[in-house]
Amino acid sequence: MTYGAVKAVDGVSFTVEPGEFFGLLGPNGAGKTTTLEIVEGLRKPHAGTARIDDVDPATRAPGLMRRIGVQLQSSSFFERLTAREQLDTFGALYDVPRGRSDALLEQVGLTDKADIRTEDLSGGQKQRLSIACALVHEPDVVFLDEPTAALDPQARRNLWDLLRSLNDSGRTVVLTTHYMDEAEALCDRVAIMDAGRILELDTPAALVRGLDAPVRITVLVDGEEQVIETRDPGRALADLAEHGALDGLSVKGATLEDVFLHLTGREYRA
Amino acid sequence: MSPLPISAAFRSLTTAMLKGFFRDKMAFFFAILFPLMFLVLFGGIFGNQGSSKAEIVQVGKVAVLDDAPPAAQKVFEQTLDIERTTSEAHAIREVRKGDADAAVLQRGDEVIVRFSRADQVKAATVQGIFSSIVQSANVSATGQPPRFSLATQQVEDESLSAIQFFTPSLMGWAIASGATFGAATNLVVWRRNGLLRRLRLAPVRTSSIVLARVSVSIAIALVQAAIFIGIGMAFFGLKLTGAWPMIIPLLTAGTLAFMAIGLLAGSVSKSEEAAVGISNFVVLPMAFLSGSFFPLDGAPGYITAIGRVLPLKHLNDGMLDTMVRGEGPSSALVPLAVLLGFTVVLTAAAATLFRWDD
Repeated sequence: MTYGAVKAVDGVSFTVEPGEFFGLLGPNGAGKTTTLEIVEGLRKPHAGTARIDDVDPATRAPGLMRRIGVQLQSSSFFERLTAREQLDTFGALYDVPRGRSDALLEQVGLTDKADIRTEDLSGGQKQRLSIACALVHEPDVVFLDEPTAALDPQARRNLWDLLRSLNDSGRTVVLTTHYMDEAEALCDRVAIMDAGRILELDTPAALVRGLDAPVRITVLVDGEEQVIETRDPGRALADLAEHGALDGLSVKGATLEDVFLHLTGREYRA
Repeated sequence: MSPLPISAAFRSLTTAMLKGFFRDKMAFFFAILFPLMFLVLFGGIFGNQGSSKAEIVQVGKVAVLDDAPPAAQKVFEQTLDIERTTSEAHAIREVRKGDADAAVLQRGDEVIVRFSRADQVKAATVQGIFSSIVQSANVSATGQPPRFSLATQQVEDESLSAIQFFTPSLMGWAIASGATFGAATNLVVWRRNGLLRRLRLAPVRTSSIVLARVSVSIAIALVQAAIFIGIGMAFFGLKLTGAWPMIIPLLTAGTLAFMAIGLLAGSVSKSEEAAVGISNFVVLPMAFLSGSFFPLDGAPGYITAIGRVLPLKHLNDGMLDTMVRGEGPSSALVPLAVLLGFTVVLTAAAATLFRWDD
């Protein structure tokens, strides 16, 4: 996929298994959204193929579209409709029998906002409603593009629970995010992308292990904070315990964020 | 013809769009109340033209007026508004100030009419009226019955009374701007908020989406027409002529043509503001050149020549002919063909510029 002379996505190749929670992780402009759009069938790649259960999504085959649920980056709603009316309208597009909207509203915790127009919902409520709109037809595969962007910490955790429950009910979930903690908390596997390429693809734990970063141990010695960096935290902790120096202990291992920064560098991005 | 299957998708999209329109107070105001404001304004301003009487100040006794037979007195009442005074100076002052159109006095057998040339039409009218009053007084003074008599009959002519002209013309403008703005802003908003892409990922045919939008626009146009005609008939004495039902196909075709213009404007606009700006830039001058705000009878030839290539001119002509000029239904055929032609060409142009996303 290229825009002018710049390749937005180049040589990206990955497979998502049924029932998997898969994350595309990367800084802004890494090509996450473009990749997702190719998989959804919104964009045609200049080279290469995308398949969902052996069907080319670019064909817009109705059978396939009934199986995938898509939440786009922006809040794509009909103007001046209430939350329930949005769900009714989207439901009708999929020939879903009426009456499912209230159950969906409850599922995303918006029952008391059913008669509020979408323009008057908060950012988190809009995100939850747009996820509900992606679920009206009970799809097997759900694509979510930065579902927690611009949400406060409470709204994010709240949404994580919802996303986990989607995956627990057997759905395949593919999401893009630039929050490391989100990917670490939710995803079975993550692909770390930058500049249109996949740099690493593995489980979050394996990625962190692969970094082989030192563990930071912090203790209080005579009221002063002492930091020890070690690749053998077991021995260091045993030594500290022997000397009875475990006051104010905190142990921090590397996180996905460290992996990410290690792979993509620390300089500012456009 | 078998009935078209009305899909759930079409029905729900239509409902969603109608709710979106009627809940948008601004859109409702600009599509319905704003044009209606012009109808009330123009209906009020131009409503009484033509029937206004000449204002006369009569000084002392004027035999030709005072001693005229009752039948003549009645005619005077209809054409003249007579104020009596005894002071000639006062009467002249009234004329000079423009409060009266003429002063009339009699010296011996001479009837003197003093007028101002400020309003030449009124001046000529007053002179004509008094010249005929004096002539008929002369005839009756001879004691002979008049040999010739004048009978007048009104002919339904091309020049219409104000409300008959303004209702179809302003309605044309209202429908044109409603359809253009609706299509242009709808396209831009849905493209920008991603709803177009979202709809593209639903198993719904593009034709259902387009058909829903077209139906909503036509429904809005019908509501506009019903309100315009209703107000015109109820308050301003609008009278419809026989072929008026032809305005339904006319405004349907007009809506299609102007939706195509709106799609074109929406396709080249990146923002809602740009879409509104371009729509205004196209529709407002076109309304002037198509005679929506005033008749173009006296306009120079090149203005009317421009008008002939504008879809709104044809929409206005078709509605004037069928609604108020008493022409037959076939007078709508040429405007219909022109409007549908515009629709085809402009839609094809818009389709090549159309984008699903920014």
